[in-house]
Parts: sequence; structure tokens; C-alpha cells
Amino acid sequence: MTIYFDNAATTKPRKEVIDKMLPFITENYGNPSSIYKIARENKTAVDEARDNLAKAINAKANEIYFTAGGSESDNWALKGVADSCSDKGRHIITTAIEHHAILHTCEFLESKGFEVTYLPVDEYGIISIDDLKNAIRDDTILISVMFANNEIGSVQPIKEIGSIAREKGIVFHTDAVQALGHVPIDVEEMNIDLLSASGHKLYGPKGIGMLYIRKGIKIKPLIHGGAQERNRRAGTENVPGIVGFGEAVKLASAELEQESKRLAALRDKLIDGILSSIPHSRLNGHPQKRLPGNVNISFEFIEGESMLLLLDMKGICASSGSACTSGSLDPSHVLLAIGLPHEKAHGSLRLTLGHFNTEEEVDVILKELPPIVSRLREMSPLYEDFIKNNK
Amino acid sequence: MQYSEKVMDHFMNPRNVGEIEDASGVGTVGNAKCGDIMKVYLKIENGIIEDAKFKTFGCGAAVATSSMATELVKGKTIPEALEVTNKAVMEALDGLPPIKVHCSCLAEEALHAALWDYAQKNGIVIEGLEQPVNDISEHEEIPEED
Repeated sequence: MTIYFDNAATTKPRKEVIDKMLPFITENYGNPSSIYKIARENKTAVDEARDNLAKAINAKANEIYFTAGGSESDNWALKGVADSCSDKGRHIITTAIEHHAILHTCEFLESKGFEVTYLPVDEYGIISIDDLKNAIRDDTILISVMFANNEIGSVQPIKEIGSIAREKGIVFHTDAVQALGHVPIDVEEMNIDLLSASGHKLYGPKGIGMLYIRKGIKIKPLIHGGAQERNRRAGTENVPGIVGFGEAVKLASAELEQESKRLAALRDKLIDGILSSIPHSRLNGHPQKRLPGNVNISFEFIEGESMLLLLDMKGICASSGSACTSGSLDPSHVLLAIGLPHEKAHGSLRLTLGHFNTEEEVDVILKELPPIVSRLREMSPLYEDFIKNNK
Repeated sequence: MQYSEKVMDHFMNPRNVGEIEDASGVGTVGNAKCGDIMKVYLKIENGIIEDAKFKTFGCGAAVATSSMATELVKGKTIPEALEVTNKAVMEALDGLPPIKVHCSCLAEEALHAALWDYAQKNGIVIEGLEQPVNDISEHEEIPEED
């Protein structure tokens, strides 16, 4: 038995998605740029997927550009705007809790002479609108704030940020990789100019993403070559990926309201159950302003990787912000940014629920987790010190 | 990253977890900031390590190396215990992933810290043993609680 609670890492593609993709891997392999029948059919399928994506975020189909994934979209948004607007200014505003696809791209741009302001977040992982206003300069060309955080699920005040950016005439990009298909997005209402998304976070395939580019926004290409994607993103279209992404977003949009309610109820049951049964634990992120499927809890006195190994023994897949799981000595930059001391960041557990998860599975976690935490605390010198000091 | 079967065995069924109330020497190394703390207790009688126990805050490899290191020194003389190096611990565990090698170093340091504590308490000099730099109980760098 496997219980998959790592849907923020990636999701299992839905059967409807795979069924829709299969003919484009087997029979309809034509290059959409060609003129014969099997190629023309592919062109139609790509157009249909583009429509689905546009509808999902209230954009126009000709504002959707397919990429190889969320990281490419983030790179394109930042480097493309930096490149096309550098005569206007060289200042970019982002946040301290972005995905590395944004943070490391910003570091790269800093090495090219751009200046980047990293907005701090509060204890819940949410930026302050005043901080944003204060950070804006005459030479600010881009604001990039993630829609929802991949680790702690906090959802940013995107609409307010969008209206400030619009008022100041600054391009506004949002990394919505964790948000698309999970929370409502409206690029018109929210004044979003650029939006990154990825197929495999909403039960679609890996290796496909998109960048929404509002009509009129100036952005240089990242990938040069052929004339695909209206001359803005070269490379033969990943037709099966695009078709799968389109189907996944169609399903997710249709079910969003109902599914987000179902997941939020499971999420809250999981959070309440864990916090009430395990002492010295705390919720990371905002209790309400968070993704419907995101649970992130720190357990004092223990380390995350040990927890993951013991959960794995029970067939439960989860993740952690501990250094040991990041391959470095530092724990998650997101958990440090919300003010967690290192030792509590090391002891974090992320459980991300999705389409295939059930209440029975939540009950299994609630049963299996407390003895795992107790077992690790029993062998922890930090817990020993804590008990002795509190006797 | 893949752990060997031996590492998983020593993580899932750690040997010698616990404390020794009247320990001859206790050493604590590492820090919570980097995510690993090991505390080793030794019971030494007539120059022989009669018992060894540990408590560890850390990843799978940290628990497994603590378990193996304490297992290896039990019944040994002090000079023999000094031969239980990080390399010996790693070999006994059929290897560690490269980013986990530091866990085996920490296990060696924890043993040395406990032996140093024993030597200090008894006013003796253990040949070949240097004062452990990493013994946090000596410097009271235990992370503050809030």
C-alpha cells in the first residue's frame, strides 16, 4: 500500500489525461508545423489545449505560450523582461520565499548588473503590501511574487499586488505553478501580466509548462530558433504534453470549487488531528490563506529525514524542509524566512494532498505519525534536555 | 540517495539507544543548526568499555552511525576504541552516500568527546586523544528553547 501525500512535488497523471495523450504519442506524431493531415490534426489539438489554458485563467488563447515546464517559464519571464526593459531600469522586486527557479534566476540577473529586492514575509509566509510599496523605485521594471508557496502553501495577496503594479506601470509576474487548477486565477481581475504554470502539478504530464504573456507586454525570447509559438518560443511543440496539460487544466477548472472544498476539509482534519495528538508541534504557514491541499508542520526535537524514512516504511510518501533532504547543510529558505529557528526547520514535515487522496488515508497518517514522532523523540538528546529542564 | 541495507537496519533497529546514569564519560557533538546532535555515554571499568549508549537528533545516517559506533566500541579497550574511526564506522555500515559522510565523522567525534570527558574526570591522559573541538556540552552551545 502506498499513500502518496507529496502532491506539491508532483502529481499522478489522471487516466483521462493519459487517454487523451496516447494517440499523440502513437499515431498522431506529425509535426504541427507541417501541412499534411496528421500534422494538421495536431495543430487543432494544440489550439484546443491553448484554449483550455486561456479559459482557466481568463486570458486569450494568443496570450498562452507553451514551454518545457515551470522553471523555463520563470526563467523566461525574468530574463525576458530584464532584457527588454533594461533601458527603463534595472531593479526587480521579488520575495524571500520564491521557488529556486525564481531566486537563482534573480541571482543570475544580479551578476549581470540588475538589482533585486527580496521582500520579507511575516510569520505566516505572506508579504506586506506596505513593504512592496516602499520597495518600488523609479527604475523598478518587474515585480515577481509567487501565487502560492510550494512548501507552506501560503497564498499571496495577488490582486492587491497586481493593482499596485498596474498603477505604477510595472510588469507583474506570478509563479503560479502551485496555484493553477487549485485556487481561482483571473489575470484580468488580478492585473497579472505574466504567469508561469506547469502541467505535472495538476495531474498532467511532466515536461510541459506555459507562460501567459499579456498582449502588449515586452519580453525577449529565451529559446531562439524556429517560428513556433508565434515567434516567441522556438522548438517543435511537445504535442502529447500540450494535449495532456490542456486536458488536465480543463478537468481541474471544472472541478476546482468542489475539489478545493473537499481537500481543505481533509487538510484541516489532518492539521487539527496532528496538532492535537502531538505536543510541541506547530503549523507552518497561514491557517486559512493556504493552498487547499497543503499541510506543513514542525515537530520540535526531531529531524525531518528520519521522519520521512519511518513514514516510508509505512508506505507513506511525504517531504521535509530539513537540510538532509535538500542536499545542503541549510534547511528550507522558506521556513527560515518565516522566522523558524534552524532546529525547528529541520523538523518539518510537508504533507500535500490531492485528487487521489481519501479521508481513510488521512486517518492512516493520523494513526501512524504520533508513534513515529515519539520514537524519534525517545532517541533525541534535545528532547532529553527539554524533559530534564522542565522537571 | 540510497542507504545500504545495514544503514537501514541500524536506523530502523538502532542498538544502544538510551542513557547510562552513572556514565564514566559523556560526549555531545554537533549542533541543531546543521541538523545533527550526537550524545554518547560510556561505562568504562578496568580500562574496558563495558557499555555504550547514545541519543541522536539527526537524519537516518546520523542514527545509524551512532548505533554502529557504540556497537563497535563495546567490550574494547580504550586504545582499541580509538581505532573506531569514521572510516571504520562507514565500512561496518557498507558505506554511506557522499553527503552523509559527515555523520560518520560526527560519530567518531562523539566517541572521542566521551573518552575525553572520562580522561578529564579521572585525571588521566589517553595517548593519541585530542580535546574534541566539537563537544558542545563543554561550551554550552546547546540551542536555546523558546
